[in-house]
Amino acid sequence: MEKKSLKGWLYLLPALLFLGVFMVYPLVDVFIYSFEEGYNSASQTFFGTGIYNYRYVLRDPYFLQALKNTFILVVITVPLSTGLALLISVGLSSIRKLRNLFQTVFFLPYVTNTLAVGLVFMILFKQTPYTDGLANLILGLFGAGPIDFIGGPYWAKMFVLCFYTVWVVMPFKILVLTSALASVDETYYNAARVDGASRWRIFSRITLPMISPTLFYLIITGFIGAFKAYSDAVALFGTDLNASEMNTIVGYIYDMLYGNSGGYPSYASAAAIVLFAIVLTITVINLLVSRKHVHY
Amino acid sequence: MTKRNNKETARKTVVYALLGLWALMVLFPFYWMVLTSVKSYSAYNAEYVPKLFTLSPTLQNYADAFTQVPLADYFVNTLIFTLATTAIMLVVTVLAAFAFSRLDFPGKDLAFTGFLALMMIPTELVIITNFVTVTDLNLRNSFWGLILPSVTSVFYIYLLKENFAQIPDELYYAAKVDGCSDFRYLTRVMIPICRPTIVTITILKVIECWNSYVWPRLITDDEDYFLVSNGIQTIRESGFGRENIPAMMAAVVVISLPLIVLFLIFRNKIMEGVSRGGTKG
Repeated sequence: MEKKSLKGWLYLLPALLFLGVFMVYPLVDVFIYSFEEGYNSASQTFFGTGIYNYRYVLRDPYFLQALKNTFILVVITVPLSTGLALLISVGLSSIRKLRNLFQTVFFLPYVTNTLAVGLVFMILFKQTPYTDGLANLILGLFGAGPIDFIGGPYWAKMFVLCFYTVWVVMPFKILVLTSALASVDETYYNAARVDGASRWRIFSRITLPMISPTLFYLIITGFIGAFKAYSDAVALFGTDLNASEMNTIVGYIYDMLYGNSGGYPSYASAAAIVLFAIVLTITVINLLVSRKHVHY
Repeated sequence: MTKRNNKETARKTVVYALLGLWALMVLFPFYWMVLTSVKSYSAYNAEYVPKLFTLSPTLQNYADAFTQVPLADYFVNTLIFTLATTAIMLVVTVLAAFAFSRLDFPGKDLAFTGFLALMMIPTELVIITNFVTVTDLNLRNSFWGLILPSVTSVFYIYLLKENFAQIPDELYYAAKVDGCSDFRYLTRVMIPICRPTIVTITILKVIECWNSYVWPRLITDDEDYFLVSNGIQTIRESGFGRENIPAMMAAVVVISLPLIVLFLIFRNKIMEGVSRGGTKG
């Protein structure tokens, strides 16, 4: 047994080393950082401990802007993408012809580089001296405006950000929902059909309750993912997100850490912990709600 | 009966129209990127109303993408980063999964619970200290600085451990009787049996590495170490001069292509793996 015990830990050693150095230690450290006031990364000194970092961050207009942006993004994209994915998955499972083709196409955005494809969205929406862009051309057909979606009014920019975010998160949701729908036992449907239940009734009374655990899983991971939005915004609006009023909480953390306004790991830590607290709260609320409504 | 058939046809039509519409939404950006990348610079800028096709495609933009900006370097860097990170991840993951599924040692349950708890820790929380650690180790602008913090994926250890645990114990005892060592049993029996899961993990990690942006951006400001995501961002902000959109799109095509090819080859594996353990969204 003695020899065996050593052996077990030996096999585990590489993983423990990596996790220890790059996950456990930082996890402790981030809390310490967040309470060290006036930390200077060059001299590694600080002059006190307290909650000043949190107060600073919570009053910083850039952080409040980032908070607002992130909340708007979450509130719009999570219900929209989940609902749309449900609609598409139900459609997908009701057909046989072309189903594989559609599934493959729908999954494509998952394997693409967010930064790279974001550039394509940018040129589709951007208004330049040379062209109004394709999005504005389509708007023009309805007699609406040209609007600069990338450098223009706040809501136009927010619209593009939400649009791109939904585009990026859809593949995962469609995939998970289609496999959930496929795993519902066929006998329930047959029994309902024998009883002459309508399509809508079958969907709302059988399908929806059966896939409700998956649906809630997607909503929870959707919330978590949307709160951490960052790369999508960079792809569309460039790295200086504060200037374009499109920063997110995660963007704020990185800006505090590094870049033109960087060098403040303490503020970054405080902001990261605020983000973590928000995500944790929302997840707990989600879990409580799902316990009430998930049917089995 | 015909009435019912009509209704059925109408329903089918609506479903196909909906799916077709979303397929169009997904494919259009890809079409636009390829289309723009083969339009010549002057032709593109002369189109106030962008054309939906081109009659005189050119490959000049691809030549520009490789000569005017160090796209090939970004590409090679990403390849090195992806291969090294994935390889180290595989070794670490296989060993840890083996320990958890096959070996007995004191503190095993506690260690496993600890691992599971770590799955819930968001990167954003630990990245700050990692940034400081790597800076202090003088590993900024180096491949080790890029690779080391990107290696561990607790979730993959969990996934592989579950798969390893499904191998019947009898196999292990039979191998023991034949005098097979633990390590030999791992490499000759367990890894071959669980190859599908290992392949899935590998592909998911490759996708993750190829697209990673945040950590590389923090840890490299020397262009010699830029990965494709940072590269494309640099190209966008200063590369060809802001207005050379066709060349930019050529770079985007080049960057996107490897993963799309990988996806088309391993379609089923990737989709199965992601539905089991992917998170993005």
